[in-house]
Amino acid sequence: MSSTKTTEMENVVVRFSGDSGDGMQLTGTLFSNLSAILGNEISTFPDFPSEIRAPQGTLGGVSGFQVHLGAGKIYTPGDDADVLVAMNPAALKVNAKGVKKGGVIIFDEDSFRKSDMEKAGFKTENPFEELNISETIQLIPAPLSSMTQSSLEGFEMDAKSILRSKNMFALGLICWLFNRPVDQAVHFLENKFSKKKSILEANIKVLTDGFNYGGNLHLSVNTYKIEKSHDVPKGKYTSINGNKATAWGLIAASKKAGLELFLGSYPITPATDIMQELALRKDLGVKVIQAEDEIAGITTALGASFAGALAATSTSGPGLALKSEAIGLAVMAELPIVIVDVMRGGPSTGLPTKTEQTDLLQALYGRNGESPAVVIAASTPADCFHYAFMASKIALEHMTPVILLTDAFIGNGTSLWKLPKLAELPEIKPNFAQPGMEGLNVTARNEETKARYWSVPGIEGFNHRNGGLEKDYNSGSISTDAANHQKMVDTRQAKVDYISNVIPELVVEGDASADLLVIGWGTTHGHLMTAVNSLNKKGKKVALAHFNYINPLPKNTEEVIKKFKKVIVCELNNGQFATYLRSKVPGEYLQYNKVQGQPFTVSEIESHLETIL
Amino acid sequence: METKTIQYTLKDFKSDQAVRWCPGCGDYAVLNTMQKVMAELGVAPHNTAVISGIGCSSRLPYYVSGYGFHSIHGRGAAVATGVKVANPALTVWQITGDGDCLAIGGNHFIHSVRRNIDINVLLFNNQIYGLTKGQYSPTTKKGYVTKSSPFGTIERPFRPAELTFGAGGTFFGRVLDVDLKSSHMTMMAAAQHKGTSIVETLVNCVIFNDGAHNWLSEKATRYDRVIILEHGKPMIFGANNDKGLVLDGFNLKVVTIGENGITENDILVHDAKCQDSTLQLKLALMEGPDFPVALGVIRNVEAESYDEAVVNQIHEIQAKSKIKTFDDLIDSCEQWEM
Repeated sequence: MSSTKTTEMENVVVRFSGDSGDGMQLTGTLFSNLSAILGNEISTFPDFPSEIRAPQGTLGGVSGFQVHLGAGKIYTPGDDADVLVAMNPAALKVNAKGVKKGGVIIFDEDSFRKSDMEKAGFKTENPFEELNISETIQLIPAPLSSMTQSSLEGFEMDAKSILRSKNMFALGLICWLFNRPVDQAVHFLENKFSKKKSILEANIKVLTDGFNYGGNLHLSVNTYKIEKSHDVPKGKYTSINGNKATAWGLIAASKKAGLELFLGSYPITPATDIMQELALRKDLGVKVIQAEDEIAGITTALGASFAGALAATSTSGPGLALKSEAIGLAVMAELPIVIVDVMRGGPSTGLPTKTEQTDLLQALYGRNGESPAVVIAASTPADCFHYAFMASKIALEHMTPVILLTDAFIGNGTSLWKLPKLAELPEIKPNFAQPGMEGLNVTARNEETKARYWSVPGIEGFNHRNGGLEKDYNSGSISTDAANHQKMVDTRQAKVDYISNVIPELVVEGDASADLLVIGWGTTHGHLMTAVNSLNKKGKKVALAHFNYINPLPKNTEEVIKKFKKVIVCELNNGQFATYLRSKVPGEYLQYNKVQGQPFTVSEIESHLETIL
Repeated sequence: METKTIQYTLKDFKSDQAVRWCPGCGDYAVLNTMQKVMAELGVAPHNTAVISGIGCSSRLPYYVSGYGFHSIHGRGAAVATGVKVANPALTVWQITGDGDCLAIGGNHFIHSVRRNIDINVLLFNNQIYGLTKGQYSPTTKKGYVTKSSPFGTIERPFRPAELTFGAGGTFFGRVLDVDLKSSHMTMMAAAQHKGTSIVETLVNCVIFNDGAHNWLSEKATRYDRVIILEHGKPMIFGANNDKGLVLDGFNLKVVTIGENGITENDILVHDAKCQDSTLQLKLALMEGPDFPVALGVIRNVEAESYDEAVVNQIHEIQAKSKIKTFDDLIDSCEQWEM
């Protein structure tokens, strides 16, 4: 007998988990997007292995996709899941610990044969007991594989392709569980498979059958109802991942500056999507070179910058190391370039698909000589657009390399994005040499900002030679003069320092009258903000100062920090920003650090902060 | 781009910087010939970009009027690639040496050749590291004693032609610093070639490897030891123009005209435009004392250049795509009102 009841919830976390070939990323993305269309805020986090196809059914091959959706403000993809979909025993084993008390686990009972369980390393025939899964968690066995097979009976598909559609059955079931009509999912599928009619029909059939199967489940299952969000400003939205947002931010900046966009890059996880996204945009005139190596990625871009393009390169930590010398050349030649570092676990090859904030000191200091570069960091998938745009604006207006730090978490994760119009974005005025300045030297600069004037080949009257050797401040010729070198070093530093005049001031969020200030930077904003809000709600006084501009720091940094009695810097490394802050604003900083290749969880931050309040 | 509207002279391509190579360095002659070719090409200095890496020869951009970029060790080919792709209207020259190009920059070298970017590369080969004061390079002859090979190198040298041909090069020429006429002809052909033009420039380092090319460059014997190849002309050489090359099975053979019934008609005619590079490679790899060393234009074939292909593909996609502006791109994504 069906005795379904519906629970209303403000926020819910769903985790889809299966083999890396099970289509969990697609399933998760479709469910997130249709939730957003129905008016929810969303934040997602794909968590996949670095192996493309690890042996089927093994722990190493488990691929997950988590989405946090709700009526309230959503800052993170959530800690533990309310609902886990496990396509096989390995997925169950990897994710069982991350399910909330009172949550639900839906699993494909057809994939829990003895051999499947052995592959996942279970020793008994009862994996649930073996994993010591809380009795409060409701288990929903569903024969996803066999139901998919019977759903597609009569379709002219091979057995393998039929079985591959079982993710759509799971999606249908989840849509039923969350009272989501499948029409919207059908619409997404129509877009995705518009050129593959047979796959489209099969997917729709399985999806619909999955939904109906839920309705016929003779189980006492809670379904969920989540209200629309009322916090978001009205407007048109999409969901976007950080890498795509970064690519689009660069495009927007090139259009705003009236320049061609040039990307020189080399494939590297988790940054490759930026190159791939830009390679698609030939219609907007973007020039992309997939270079022979990381060094050629940045040096082709520097050549393009010398020739007058908005130049960028995209990479991850090991690639940033390889680009160090060329970044130094950009510092010395005072050429604009944006270097995007989508950080991953290190050192060396490290954890290619996992997230960390461990490249900060490399970005700040990892070059020979006195070599100041601008460093900024994005904090959500959607704001990668804004910071890629601002990185370009600063590079072009101040004639300096700008390193933009994102990471695997926000690069691959998605969040809601209010769609911009080009006209609404800030103006970008590259620091070009102007008509009338003919004959100026390669080192001639704006006296106030210290930004070198940019003159590019093809224009008469500005012939010059640039390069990596030190130049004379006045004539632009190469020079080894002692006093001149000091002056040039100081000038390049002053140019970067000046940028603190054009970036926004540091903002204090949460309870500004608190004694305790939490400091974070970049990708951790969501987790830190959620923890601080939650403590404030409990009546505990704590504030948050979150940095996106790292070098130079916002002008009021010292003023903000000195207002608080106790300061704790939370970051996904062993204390790199804390070290940097100690050198810039001396004082006592507590630290909360984690280097596990995973983002913070809100609960771990909250409980740690409670111990020091 | 301005062409031929103004007559330029060598002086138009001299910068205000004093040239600071060692007295007697072979680079002077190459610079001079290059500037002559630049003037005759008729491309304005401001439409000319000269890019280099690091090394003695890589100082060259400072001495040429126009736009120059003295980059970092080995990366000149990549920088030049970026310059040309960003602005295909520019005439781009790359200046590099045997260390810069074939050791630290080897990867960029083969890939720029493979892509066939329209740049003119002068590869100064003096078989030594000069600027770091005398270490062996990838082209140093095996057994040669240098500061870093005090008992003679044990390494087998690269032959730049082999790398160029192996990477699918469309242009390979070779010049000798002291042989001005053939240098001029070869550099001019390189500049006019669309695609990556590699000109191996045999230069003498008077300080660290003096006389490396003496076997070729001695005036009295030079024309018995080199052959200057020109497309469509018979492969005849020798101080008395009496020697020539013929095929003997799959191999080349030196013959004397007038001996053993050999006439001028028996001599091979050079085909630099032949897509099949087999014979051109054989010519490029000839070495003394049994063979003359080939100078001149050894290979010069047509193929789409990379920079051209980049632009063509953009135009093709732009003609088809509905996305014309950034706002169109935004409109194209799945979106909803909230």
